[in-house]
Amino acid sequence: MNLWMWLLVSCALAYAWKLLGYLIPASALRDPRMSRIAGTMTIGLLASLTILNTVASGQALALDARLGALAAAGVALLFRAPFLVVVIAGAAAAAGLRMLGWS
Amino acid sequence: MKLLQSPAVRVGVSISIATGLYGVSFGALSVTSGLDFWQTMALSLLLFSGGSQFAFIGVVAGGGSGIAAMGAATLLGMRNGIYGMQINALLQPRGWRRFAAAHVTIDESTATSTGQTDPLEQQRGFWTAGVGIFILWNLFTAVGALAGASLGDPKQWGLDGAAVAAFLGLLWPRLKGREPVAIAVVCALATVLAVPFVPAGVPILVAAVVAAAIGWFSHGRSDEGLEPDVDPYAEHPHPRPSGDAA
Repeated sequence: MNLWMWLLVSCALAYAWKLLGYLIPASALRDPRMSRIAGTMTIGLLASLTILNTVASGQALALDARLGALAAAGVALLFRAPFLVVVIAGAAAAAGLRMLGWS
Repeated sequence: MKLLQSPAVRVGVSISIATGLYGVSFGALSVTSGLDFWQTMALSLLLFSGGSQFAFIGVVAGGGSGIAAMGAATLLGMRNGIYGMQINALLQPRGWRRFAAAHVTIDESTATSTGQTDPLEQQRGFWTAGVGIFILWNLFTAVGALAGASLGDPKQWGLDGAAVAAFLGLLWPRLKGREPVAIAVVCALATVLAVPFVPAGVPILVAAVVAAAIGWFSHGRSDEGLEPDVDPYAEHPHPRPSGDAA
């Protein structure tokens, strides 16, 4: 039930961000600093989530088959593969490496 | 049909299909992260912003608390407010349309709209992509959630690797130029350094603070990082003038 609550608060806050853009005066658009922070924060959070899902295991760091997934996804992206193919490449690499015995 | 001759509508439809399809990966990863079917659907129906949704389930999967998941999802949603300002300036929706427009204000609908020059085309692009993605994203989330629930051990299928790939796929289009890459590297490093010392989920917030500080003090482009996951105009770098029916 606790998770449900945070989930619904997240949904409300996500909508609040979106709506806020429609409610604040257009002159605010001229302040580039907020756009810049929104942009750098997007990059920083996605980079953080990428590395966290690759090497974090609770509060410990672990080098395992997920590293192979990161590499495979990187290669797929270099070849301009569509998003879904990138995701499948990551899954296949992790599953394949585990089958070969690398946890 | 006349509407299908509109370049913005055609771009909107193709971006809806491309984006909607990867709702499958969100649905499958969400249920294997420990959310149930309806929690997964609530995220797609109500939160409706790919990056934030993946962030929420990514934190939960890593053992983070609900409040940490909320923090990451909410910070990642800030850019939608910037998009809202842009769309509001372009389309000036009134009445109930403004509230509907807000809900479908995401990377792809904004990019489809701002890639057009004619006001009518901007309008069509925004609504086609926004509503189209909303419908297909939710449909494919449900498909993925149902499929994911019947998979058994998610690790055997490499689904934790799929999550890694999904985040890299979301990050990749935003790494145009040297500064975004530097921001990504610094934030990734800050995350790794924080992992052993703070509870799960918090390292992401550490990275957010670092990224915000960089944004506050830097003088880079003001639209850095504000790119869609799937570029609507990737195959047409110079969109044809609107009204040019093919």
